[in-house]
Amino acid sequence: MSAKEPVHIESPDGVNDTDEPIDNSAIAATPRPIALERLFRDYLLDGAFDEMRTPDGGIRPHYQALVETLASLPHEELLRRKQSADLSFLTQGITFTVYGRDEGTERIFPYDLLPRLIAADEWDRIERGLIQRISALNHFLRDVYGEGKILNDRVVPRDMVYSCKHYRRQMCGLEVPRNVYIAVVGTDLLRLRTGEFVVLEDNLRVPSGVSYMLTNRRVMKRTFPQLFHSYGVRPIEHYPQLLLNTLRSLAPEGRPEPNIVLLTPGVYNSAYFEHTYLARQMGIDLVEGRDLVTHDNIVYMRTTDGLKRVDVIYRRVDDDFSDPLTFRADSGLGCVGLFNAYRAGNVTVTNAFGTGLADDKAMYAYVPDIIKYYLDEDPILNNVKTYLLTEDKSRQHVLANLDKLVVKAVGESGGYGMLIGPQSTAKQREEFAAAIQANPRNYIAQPTLDFSRAPCLFGSQMEPRHVDLRPYILFGDKVNIVPGGLTRVALEKGSLVVNSSQGGGSKDTWVLE
Amino acid sequence: MLSRVADSLYWMSRYLERAENTVRQLDVTMSLLLDPSETSADTRWQRLLTSLGNPSGVEWTGDADVMTRSLIFDPANPASVTTCVYAARENARQVREEISTEQWQRLNRLYHQMHSPHAQAQFRANMNDFLASVVDGIHLFKGVSDTTMIHGEGWQFIRLGRYLERAYATATLLEVYQESLLNLPEREHSGYQYLELVGLLRCCTSFEAYCQVYTADLSPDRILEFLLLNRDFPHALRYSIDGVRQALDAIQRTGGRRPPDELLATAGRLHAMLRYTTIDEILAGNPGAFLHSIREQCKQIHELIYRYYVQYSIQSALAV
Repeated sequence: MSAKEPVHIESPDGVNDTDEPIDNSAIAATPRPIALERLFRDYLLDGAFDEMRTPDGGIRPHYQALVETLASLPHEELLRRKQSADLSFLTQGITFTVYGRDEGTERIFPYDLLPRLIAADEWDRIERGLIQRISALNHFLRDVYGEGKILNDRVVPRDMVYSCKHYRRQMCGLEVPRNVYIAVVGTDLLRLRTGEFVVLEDNLRVPSGVSYMLTNRRVMKRTFPQLFHSYGVRPIEHYPQLLLNTLRSLAPEGRPEPNIVLLTPGVYNSAYFEHTYLARQMGIDLVEGRDLVTHDNIVYMRTTDGLKRVDVIYRRVDDDFSDPLTFRADSGLGCVGLFNAYRAGNVTVTNAFGTGLADDKAMYAYVPDIIKYYLDEDPILNNVKTYLLTEDKSRQHVLANLDKLVVKAVGESGGYGMLIGPQSTAKQREEFAAAIQANPRNYIAQPTLDFSRAPCLFGSQMEPRHVDLRPYILFGDKVNIVPGGLTRVALEKGSLVVNSSQGGGSKDTWVLE
Repeated sequence: MLSRVADSLYWMSRYLERAENTVRQLDVTMSLLLDPSETSADTRWQRLLTSLGNPSGVEWTGDADVMTRSLIFDPANPASVTTCVYAARENARQVREEISTEQWQRLNRLYHQMHSPHAQAQFRANMNDFLASVVDGIHLFKGVSDTTMIHGEGWQFIRLGRYLERAYATATLLEVYQESLLNLPEREHSGYQYLELVGLLRCCTSFEAYCQVYTADLSPDRILEFLLLNRDFPHALRYSIDGVRQALDAIQRTGGRRPPDELLATAGRLHAMLRYTTIDEILAGNPGAFLHSIREQCKQIHELIYRYYVQYSIQSALAV
């Protein structure tokens, strides 16, 4: 990282993209503080950890070069780059459809132009922590659907498992290829006031967003080529290849040239762009349920050359909709007979069915114990304090403090089914209190977190917004994590919700060498 | 290749070809209306509708503005340029992983151009420029398809769709025009008649190509000969049918499965008809019936492709 190099004027077209120092005496002659003042005019610093600035208003060393570059760019140039990046997202078709309106209301996925920077040592700890956590969770799934030792030893209560919405009895006693249940994981991290990264939740079913990580990077490299180069950012572009290798490593025995496909719910799914993107980048077929048929417990796809056997399915369809014979009978998205073919060992489906058991928000509270139980290690990445409402004492505490806490439904995701205490109305709190008392197992509570904020660009000013981090973990032969992940941003001022379904956006994440 | 994917690529291509055909014919009709002529405006618009296959829901009401808007921008008209571009993009979106990023971006630009809130204003400001830019967009897509996509099975289905649609459209166009074309009075061609003949050639972007082969001496029988039987001109019927056959052969080679005799026979028969019949024989017989039978055979080829590559029964596939 080179914070002290001369500031270059950059051009995304590569016009000024040389290593020759550009004459910036005019810029140097301008008193820097004025530019910085303009940049920081609405930059609020309070208790939350700021990714860029220290509490006394200084700039953290690894953000120095970014700030200098921005301060040196004329206002128009910044706007021009923003427009060029917008256009790039639009023509790449990285859009989402606003439901319930006429066609033509496609919007580009909201993103922020400033990268989020993560120093090498910080990343190192995150990486070790995630490998530890995912390994333990995989042990847990194997154990619960197998011998059940952790239940016999009463580390995790039995009723907690059996009452979980995503527990799949059909998986009991089934051996999965290489004992890998969770090949593709996205784990959400937050950074607290202290600067410490903690885990907010694990996504072990069908985590999405990795295509935004990859396309953000592509656009950012075009928008700030020199800055990117000067920072020495660790690459992430090989993710599709790693994913393909992971899937290949899980192929059934005796299938040396496995036919690997990605199963999508279809063009109306909000993550459809991602499905096509990954299939194309991996060079595998993107199939829908209607392309698949099973016969004698073997899965085939319909091709112009007749039926072709399928060996590995990277499944982006929820458990419930995957096979109408085994799961929800009213599903038109899945493939009839898929689960039996899977049971017979003739096809690998990943992630395995029933993995949602381990990302249940109540099970989350047990993850530190799970890590300790299987690995005999202390967690490297801590959990957020979580109240289980099945416990009387916790429940009473939570009900008395609903205005200070965040309450979440355990089986939901995407920011749905949530009560943010400090921003709630009395009526909402009453409703949640009633719901909690009716079904305590269905909810957990956590303190309202003052998680970190990173600078975002609004016009030509920087303002801080809350961010989280979702690194993507691949688990096949071994655990692989591309450095970085998707940084999600609560683009609305003061908002704590980063989910894209709730007005969140994303930004590129640069892990530095 | 997945049957569903082949189906989408085929239709993506057909819809774009259809959009291009509509734009070109509309452009020619509007420019012919500028000159005074023996043919009334009513007849021209009616004939345009017939040669576009009488799209349902569009009728000539005497208002040229309403008609052009409906043919270009009306999303409720299944044959409008907007609808075709939308349908092509929807098909492409469903096989996003099969086409190149360049193809997708090109098609996406065309889509955004047609669906921009300013599109209608741009069209009114300069109709020729607007229509030319739509055709440009489609040409660029084809060029990008040929240069950035692997020339495998998917590309062949794109060609198959393009040539089958083109053959069908050209046969329809000629069927509509042949009667007036062949019944021109036997006198010195007036300037107006010249314009008519140029218009027909321009509907198939073939005026310059025709002149290279026959000089600017326009005669109805030569025009028919050129548009029906020329081996080397991409908008001639014979060329399109050759394209269909080549694509079918290539698909068979990549897949390894032999298409049913019925499909090969139908395509082969149509090819032979255009290869070995002379224009004199066609004119001596019934040109209208000849063109009609070409259309019918195109339909039959489409149905056989469907039955064999896309909608085959599982039982028949397992039996192999």
